[in-house]
Amino acid sequence: MTKPLLKSVLPAAFGTVLIGLWYALRFWVIAEERRFILPAPDAVLTAFIENAPYLIRAALNTSQGALLGFGLAVFVSFSLALLLSVSGLVRAALYPYLMALQLTPLPILAPLCVIWVGAGLESVALLTFAIAFFPLVVNTTQGLISVDRNLVELFASYRASRWQQLFLLRVPAALPYFFTGLRIAATIAPIGAVVADMNAGSSIDQGDGLGFAAIIFSSQGRYPELYATAALTCVLGLAFNAVILTLSWLALRHWHDAYEKSDR
Amino acid sequence: MPAFPLVEFRDVSKRFGDGPLVLERISCAVQPGEFVSVIGPSGCGKSTLLRLIAGLSPCTSGSLSVGGRSPAEAAAEIAFVFQEPTLLPWLTVAGNVEVPQRLRALPRAERNRTCARVLELVRLANRARAYPRQLSGGQKMRVSLARALALSPKLLLLDEPFGALDELTREHLNEELLAIREREDWTAFFVTHSVAEAVFLSSRILVMSANPGRIHAEIPVTLPRPRHAETRLSREFHETVTGVSRLLRSVETGAV
Repeated sequence: MTKPLLKSVLPAAFGTVLIGLWYALRFWVIAEERRFILPAPDAVLTAFIENAPYLIRAALNTSQGALLGFGLAVFVSFSLALLLSVSGLVRAALYPYLMALQLTPLPILAPLCVIWVGAGLESVALLTFAIAFFPLVVNTTQGLISVDRNLVELFASYRASRWQQLFLLRVPAALPYFFTGLRIAATIAPIGAVVADMNAGSSIDQGDGLGFAAIIFSSQGRYPELYATAALTCVLGLAFNAVILTLSWLALRHWHDAYEKSDR
Repeated sequence: MPAFPLVEFRDVSKRFGDGPLVLERISCAVQPGEFVSVIGPSGCGKSTLLRLIAGLSPCTSGSLSVGGRSPAEAAAEIAFVFQEPTLLPWLTVAGNVEVPQRLRALPRAERNRTCARVLELVRLANRARAYPRQLSGGQKMRVSLARALALSPKLLLLDEPFGALDELTREHLNEELLAIREREDWTAFFVTHSVAEAVFLSSRILVMSANPGRIHAEIPVTLPRPRHAETRLSREFHETVTGVSRLLRSVETGAV
C-alpha cells in the first residue's frame, strides 16, 4: 500500500478499533447498573443530533469569544515582543509580571474576569487572551533577539536603519518562533475558552457556551449529552489547530528546515 | 601614479576594549584597480582590517581613508562579502540580491534590472526564483557575490569568501571572480588562508604576522592577465606560491 493511502487508512482503522473497545468495555467490564457512566457511541451520536441546534449555537458562542481573545493575544503579544526585543533591561523588568499572569490558575482568573468585564463573550475572550498570550510573547521575543549575527553584520555593512533591520530582518527571522508560539497557544486556548465558559458562559442575549452546556448536562445527569459536548469541544480544538498548522505551513514551507522535503 | 589611493592606512593600530593590540602600526595603500590579498596566520587581524575599512569598527589610533574620505562616508561605495553566504533564507535568490537596493529604497524597475545583470554575471540567472536551501554551497556564495555587486561598488571587501568550499569549487569560483572583474571595474581587498588562491587572484599580496598583527611583507604578483585554469600549471605560478608559502611558514613559526 502506498504511504499516503496508509496515512489516511491507519487513523480510520485505529478509530474503528477504539469504538469497538468502547462497546466491549461497556458490555463486558462495566456492571449493568453502572453503564450510564459510559454511554454507547450511538447514544452519544443520537444525543448530539437531538440537541444539535443548541450545541452548535453553544459552539459558535464559545468560538466567537475564543477567536476574539486569540486574535487580541496575537496582536498584543506581537507588539509587546517588539518592545521586549529592544533591550535586556526591558525584558528583565517585564518578564516577572508576564510570568505572574501565566502562573495564576485559570479557575481563579475566571471569576475575576466575570467581575471585570461581565459574563458572556467578553469574559471568554479575556480568559482566552490570558492563556494564549504568554507562549506567544515569549516565543516571538526569543525569535526577534535570536537573529543570526552574520545577518545583523550584513545589515550593518549596508548601514540599514533600525526600522529596516527590524522589518526586513528580525521580524521575518522570528516567524518560525512566532508560529511555534502560535501552535502552543492554539492547543491551550480552547481549554481557556471552555473554562471561561463554565464560569461566565451564559448571557441573556447570547445563550449558553459549550462549558456552560457541559455544566447543565452534568447537573441533570444527561451523560450522553455531556459526552457529545466533550466531543464537539475536541472537534473545535482540532479544527482550530488545523487552521494554525496550515498558516504555519503557508508561511514557512519555502524556507524553513522543518518543511524541507527529503527528496530535494 | 593615480591622484590618491583608494584605501590608505597610516600608522593604524587597533585593540578591542582593554585587550591586547590586534593590529599594530599598519601602513599600506591600495590603488584603484588593484587586487590585493591579505594572508597570514589565524588571529593576525586580517578580518579586522576589512572591518576597519568597512567602517564596522573604528581605528584605535592612526588614520584610515577610503577614497580620500572616512570609511563611514565612503560606505556607499564599499561592499562586503562575508565568510558565510549570509543569505536571508526566506527570500529567493533574486530577493536576496535585491536586499542592498531595497535598503537604499531604489525603485523596483531598477532593482529588477540590476538583479538580472548581476545574476547573469555569476551565471545564476536561471536560479533567480530558487530559495537558498535549494542551492549548493558554491551557488550560495555566488549569490552572495552577486548581491555585493548589485550596488556597483568601487571597493569589494572579501573575507575568506570561499574558505568553506571544496578545493575544486573554490578554484572555479576564483576563475569566475576574475572573469567578472574583466567586465566590472572594482578594486578588491581579499582575505584568505590559501596561498594558491591569493597568488592566482592578486596583483599584490600582503603577508601578515600575528600578536600583534603587522604587515610583514608585500609581494607583487606579476603573473600575466587574463589568468585562467592553465595559469596554475605555469612555472611562474608555482614559484610564486612556493615563495609566499615559505615566507608564511617562517612567519607562523616566529622565525621572522
